[in-house]
Amino acid sequence: MTRETALNALLGLGLLAVALTAHAAGWTFTVTLATKVAILALAGAGLNIALGFGGLVSFGHAAFFGIGGYAAGILASHAMFYEPLVTWPVEIEGTRAMPVIWLVAMAASGLAALAIGALSLRTRGVFFIMITLAFAQMIFYFAISWPAYGGEDGLSLGVRNTFAGLNTLDPLSFFAICYTLLMIVLGLTALLRCSAFGLALDGARQNAERLKSLGIDPTRVLLTAFCLSGMVTGLSGALYADLNRFVSPAMLSWQTSGEIMVFVILGGVGRLFGPLAGAALYIVLEHNLGGVSEHWQFLLGLLLLLVVLFARGGLIGLVAGERRHG
Amino acid sequence: MAEPVLQIRGLCKHFGALRASDNVDLDLMPGEIHALIGPNGAGKSTLIKQIAGEIAPDAGTIRLAGRDVTASGAVARARLGLARSFQVSSVAGEFTVLQNVMLAVAGRLRRTYRFLRPALADTKLTAPAREAIARVGLADREGMRAADLSHGERRTLEIAIALALKPKAFLLDEPMAGMGPEGARSLTHLLDGLRHEAPILLVEHDMDAVFALADRISVLVHGRIIASGTVAEIQADAVVRAAYLGEEDA
Ligand SMILES: Nc1ncnc2c1ncn2[C@@H]1O[C@H](COP(=O)(O)OP(=O)(O)O)[C@@H](O)[C@H]1O
Ligand SMILES: [Mg+2]
Repeated sequence: MTRETALNALLGLGLLAVALTAHAAGWTFTVTLATKVAILALAGAGLNIALGFGGLVSFGHAAFFGIGGYAAGILASHAMFYEPLVTWPVEIEGTRAMPVIWLVAMAASGLAALAIGALSLRTRGVFFIMITLAFAQMIFYFAISWPAYGGEDGLSLGVRNTFAGLNTLDPLSFFAICYTLLMIVLGLTALLRCSAFGLALDGARQNAERLKSLGIDPTRVLLTAFCLSGMVTGLSGALYADLNRFVSPAMLSWQTSGEIMVFVILGGVGRLFGPLAGAALYIVLEHNLGGVSEHWQFLLGLLLLLVVLFARGGLIGLVAGERRHG
Repeated sequence: MAEPVLQIRGLCKHFGALRASDNVDLDLMPGEIHALIGPNGAGKSTLIKQIAGEIAPDAGTIRLAGRDVTASGAVARARLGLARSFQVSSVAGEFTVLQNVMLAVAGRLRRTYRFLRPALADTKLTAPAREAIARVGLADREGMRAADLSHGERRTLEIAIALALKPKAFLLDEPMAGMGPEGARSLTHLLDGLRHEAPILLVEHDMDAVFALADRISVLVHGRIIASGTVAEIQADAVVRAAYLGEEDA
């Protein structure tokens, strides 16, 4: 077992231990915080596929987070008011079943990533950053000005959506759902990274010209990764909506894109458990310093600066050293 | 007469006022090593890039195995069987030697879109990759990061990658550059055997290697092919001596 694997196990089990301990002690709020960490880590795990493995600096992942959130909100609100979503040509009802909502959230955010990625991947570097930001802003303003689903005020989900056999309103049960999904996604991501596709994706990041000379289209590889990335972040958005039982355009804002990127950078770009480390640190800081000072973001900025200047591998890199290939 | 594997007709490419390719005609026949020589800045790399599909010519046609590929991109041409090595080593530095060559095998076998199976456990990828690595003599470097290889080893890795593509034609842009006499000799030996698998268009400054290997030599000066012939013919050609070989001796 490498040092990084050990650290990953520690992080994964640590989050679980926090939730279980808090539950046993009756600290419901801490269980909710742990749930938030799992969900935000999932959002970061999505971005990590594009940013960490593919080198695609997307400043628009709030779009997928928000689309996932709205998918959950819209489906739930239709189910709540017994209003069909569509009546023609076939009648489609809303739903409160989480697994259906997740699939819809991933399909919707995946399609959005396909469209945004196909256009954005005509450029790289700074222009890619700006185009992804621009698309996310367009969706943000669309959500604000669309009265059917709350516009600026957002949309309430009422009670939490359902998962067969579990009481999702019980904080620990909901944590278990989010935690399990996070671990499944991280496990699949680990496989992805070692697969032939992972090889091509890493190759596209390192040397796109070389990839072309091997008969592999780097743009297609990157677009595929961007879609997977958007789907994972979309899934986390659906869970986030359920956590708060509320969605609002804030989920789609550029600040949200920035936060997701902060999780990845703090934890370590391209490190499997980096987003978990980053999201955990972020929530700990926000929770402990946010009360002390309004200006905790200043400290966060300072920390980011230090990471970018002195510890490119983020928290994971700091503890486990440089990443090894293959 | 057999059909050329690669047939280039009337190729022109300008960079502003500079003629990098000036009405170039060139054939690569089955089983041959066709050397392309010429002074620095003659347009050799530019020609290779146009054949590989990385830059578009202003005029002219490029046919690969009888098929007009002038409008095809670099990916399509690689898939049709063109393997090129780069003048400046262009491997994925963070990858190991094995991973670099496996990527080529994945490209050739169209096994890129497999998401969950560990590539290193896929013998369809590893076995051909190891075979190519062994052929160029890098077997003991298999697990080393490409960035940590010596310059000569990295040049050799380029050849292993091209081999792993099992192409219809090789385009090698100065494979010996900076290799040292020992490396150049063993690479010469390797290329000598390679021509029977697929013909080689060889851009090279090392005249010992060119004279030892080439079935045919074309001389490019200012984007124009000023002479084309056997080694003996080119060595005897007064114009070539003045334009190019003379410079080498001086
Ligand atoms: N992309 C480019 N834009 C402008 N000029 C170029 C470009 N690529 C090459 N050249 C010029 O074209 C000429 C031929 O270059 P090149 O094909 O690299 O020569 P060689 O490989 O024979 O040394 C050189 O004068 C070079 O400066
Ligand atoms: Mg050159």
